[in-house]
Amino acid sequence: MKVGIIGIGIAGFRTTTPELSWKELTYEAAAKAYKDAGVDPRKDVKAFVTCAEDYWEGFGIFDEFTPDQIGGALRPVCTICGDGIHGLATGFMQIQTGLVDVVAVEAHSKISDLLTYEGVVQHALDPIWNKPLRGHPFYVAGLEMNAFLRASGNTEKHCAAVVEKNRNNAMRNGIAAYGANVDLNDILTSEKAFDPLKKLDISGLADGAVVLVLASDVAAKKLKRKPVWIRGVGWANDSPSLETREWETAKYAELAAQMAYRLAKVKNPAREIDFAEVDDKFSYKELQHLESLGLAKKGQAGKMTANGDTALDGKFPVNASGGSLGCGDVVEASGLHRVAEVALQLRGDSGKRQLDGVKVGIAQSWRGIPSTSGAVAIMGVNQ
Amino acid sequence: MRKVAVIGAGMTLFRRRLMETPKELCFEASRMALDSAGIEMKDVDAVISGSAPDGFDGVHMKGEYYSDGCGAYGKPYMRVFVGGGTGVFSAISGWYHIASGLADIALIVNEEKMSSCMPHPQSVFAYIWDPILDRPLKPNLVWIFAMEMNRYMTVHKIKKEDIALVAVKNKRNAVDHPCAQLADPNITVEDVLNSEVLAWPVQRLDISPPSDGAAALVMASEDAVKRLHVETPVWMKGVGWCIDSTMWTDRDLYFPEYVASAAKMAYKMAKIDNPRKQIDFAEPYDPFDYKELHHMEGLLLCKKGEAPILTREGVTQRDGDLPTCPSGGLLGVGNPIAATMGVKIGELYWQLSGQAGKRQIPHEIKTGVTNAWGDLMQYGAVAVMGV
Amino acid sequence: MGKTPQKWPGVELSNDDLMNKKVTQTRYHPKAKFSWTAGEAISRFLNELKEGRLIGRECKHCRKILFPPRMFCEQCFKPTSKWVYIKDTGTIQTYSISYLDKDAKRITDPIYVGVVSIDGAAEKMGIMHYFGEVTKDTIHIGMKVKAKWKAPLERTGSILDIEYFRPLKEGEQ
Repeated sequence: MKVGIIGIGIAGFRTTTPELSWKELTYEAAAKAYKDAGVDPRKDVKAFVTCAEDYWEGFGIFDEFTPDQIGGALRPVCTICGDGIHGLATGFMQIQTGLVDVVAVEAHSKISDLLTYEGVVQHALDPIWNKPLRGHPFYVAGLEMNAFLRASGNTEKHCAAVVEKNRNNAMRNGIAAYGANVDLNDILTSEKAFDPLKKLDISGLADGAVVLVLASDVAAKKLKRKPVWIRGVGWANDSPSLETREWETAKYAELAAQMAYRLAKVKNPAREIDFAEVDDKFSYKELQHLESLGLAKKGQAGKMTANGDTALDGKFPVNASGGSLGCGDVVEASGLHRVAEVALQLRGDSGKRQLDGVKVGIAQSWRGIPSTSGAVAIMGVNQ
Repeated sequence: MRKVAVIGAGMTLFRRRLMETPKELCFEASRMALDSAGIEMKDVDAVISGSAPDGFDGVHMKGEYYSDGCGAYGKPYMRVFVGGGTGVFSAISGWYHIASGLADIALIVNEEKMSSCMPHPQSVFAYIWDPILDRPLKPNLVWIFAMEMNRYMTVHKIKKEDIALVAVKNKRNAVDHPCAQLADPNITVEDVLNSEVLAWPVQRLDISPPSDGAAALVMASEDAVKRLHVETPVWMKGVGWCIDSTMWTDRDLYFPEYVASAAKMAYKMAKIDNPRKQIDFAEPYDPFDYKELHHMEGLLLCKKGEAPILTREGVTQRDGDLPTCPSGGLLGVGNPIAATMGVKIGELYWQLSGQAGKRQIPHEIKTGVTNAWGDLMQYGAVAVMGV
Repeated sequence: MGKTPQKWPGVELSNDDLMNKKVTQTRYHPKAKFSWTAGEAISRFLNELKEGRLIGRECKHCRKILFPPRMFCEQCFKPTSKWVYIKDTGTIQTYSISYLDKDAKRITDPIYVGVVSIDGAAEKMGIMHYFGEVTKDTIHIGMKVKAKWKAPLERTGSILDIEYFRPLKEGEQ
């Protein structure tokens, strides 16, 4: 059976949401998604998936606080500690079993409630090998950028081009928190943060919520909705240790993509896929992910960007939404936002950033420092 | 619907403090499960892990941190976390990985290392409460159980003596469980009633203390079961899960509505319409003695308020008509939250495949049911397994 | 495969092993500070507590007065429609007599705590709070109680603005 997206709801993204609790923020996205899908969550939605980590929220068991705002009270709800695309894969699998036919997937960020973001990210480091070294954990990204640029031949200037593209794209996106008309020079001269990462190479944090409604082909027909089809999903992990992982390539993205391409029957991704939304939490990540996903040849992603191939009007638009650099890093909701963007583009609902004639898109996510975990989803207008 | 079976299982000892690190705990349980199924990591298509609060192990995103101990290196890996419901929900996650067709063989690893949390794992439980409505009252986790236990006892006029019978049964059953932390062959109802009052009506011997431990399962599709010539596959006949509203102070705690909802979902899939007759034995979640009774009713194995009567009449003993917690349960074996999978799903597997050793139920059994429970009296994850 | 397992891994440690560093260990205290946004509903709830009042939200759909208040009804999944003041009296739904504090340390003066449903809100809707002026022999499920408020200047906009709920006296409302 086939699974598609029939409802999309986004709330935020803003650098802070002082007037709303995370429940109220998520309710907004959920209400929008259910209206879009034409479903009553209390009757039509058969299962719900939330993507959350305790330490982002500040709770011992965040799962407790998930059901009410998505219509899941006394319903089958589960929480996965993963990114939004892991959540999408979960919903996809639940529907494919035949047990449930409509599933809502939710991910949100209320990261502005976390006063010690650096402390929490540091808390994810290995307690014996890495925590004692102290320092802001983003040094890991600096190390990876260094290794990646040297191995691939991409340059810091190429990375800056990514920032310029994404933050300018974001100015056409109503939900973006960090749209700005920065240029290459602004970025290259911004202060050094975790050399070679500069301040403007790093996404800012934002609050926001994304809810998607998935349905089987039969259910979508009954609800009279034309879905955006999920043709394939994949997810994978590399070694979690800093000491034994791949530094030069995004191995997790490579493996996740392999699985997704297999399911989607995609043999030549660069040709069969029209556009992409990939993780760009740090500017170099967009280039690294494009190459690991096979969407750019090794060492070519930078040149593609500099040539304008990945611009809104380019041959292969990447992060038309503005990505994390332009919209804001909404932690676990980032991946779900990427899926939402691909779906909106395929529907023709992307307003001023609409890409022409796109039929197949790919969304990819990464769980951030210090993880080597990511997921991929391929969507299309046709099954 | 694609059929899915458990073909191997493993677990570590459950103890208040174990030397092994989270990664090592995962490895030990996984290795044992793989050996039990006769396969290697390369045969596994997907890895699922369940573990409860990151605060215990002291690592944010701990699922990523110990993923290599689960064999997730280079593989699709997912961590689920539904509070105390994780012990059964991870198995449900394993089920949908395979029933969806995305995997043929899955490894499910649940780990819990509570001892690393200082001064006491209880401190993490301070953070499960609503920060504005509950936390200012400085609540202790035992309060929740005490409030639920009181409501249940009062509505059904149940005496503590009847509830204590569960602790006695399970701690004695646990003598036959090699991993047991709290087995006691001589415990009596009097011992329970004389034990220290923690938060009335809860007394020390009514509860299971924190534990370290890990458990793992190998699940396989029908094709893989044939291919591997598995002698004793135990099939996942039905699964169900349900969460109730966060607003627990607005709910009547005398009956776990969410367990009943999850049970109905599981029974529907398993085509069971008369649980009391069609279920041969049960492993309800028993972190506290009254919870076994509460859950027996939630699992629709008896009428509301009837569970203590069944217990008193010996129906739930290992040689009774409805053996309940033949493993010794959490009360007897220990409560490493997510790793309790070994005592719930694991026990169903070992019993139904005839590998339960001294705990083996002495009469024929074909179908069993188990549930895991958690959050703020909210979560029900139910699985029906059979041969 | 298919054999009853014989070996069970795990090496037990004692409290002494950890406390007296007989095993290698590393210690760390995470920097994890949060400031949760109360949001629209709970902010009003807290402000009203400061004024010595309890407030709920009405759901037009199911006609229930929801308490604690929320901006959406989780049963109907619709926005709630108006603020409604409710009383500060109620009924004990369940309780416990605790001899443990939040770190599981023993205390000799027990804490009486439980769930009190509030008059004026939908049936059985209430909050967790302390009970006072009771003994283990007088407290019971179904007891009618009333909030004992802190003095106005001591109130800060927190549920602790109520010191505890105490038995309702004869003729009181």
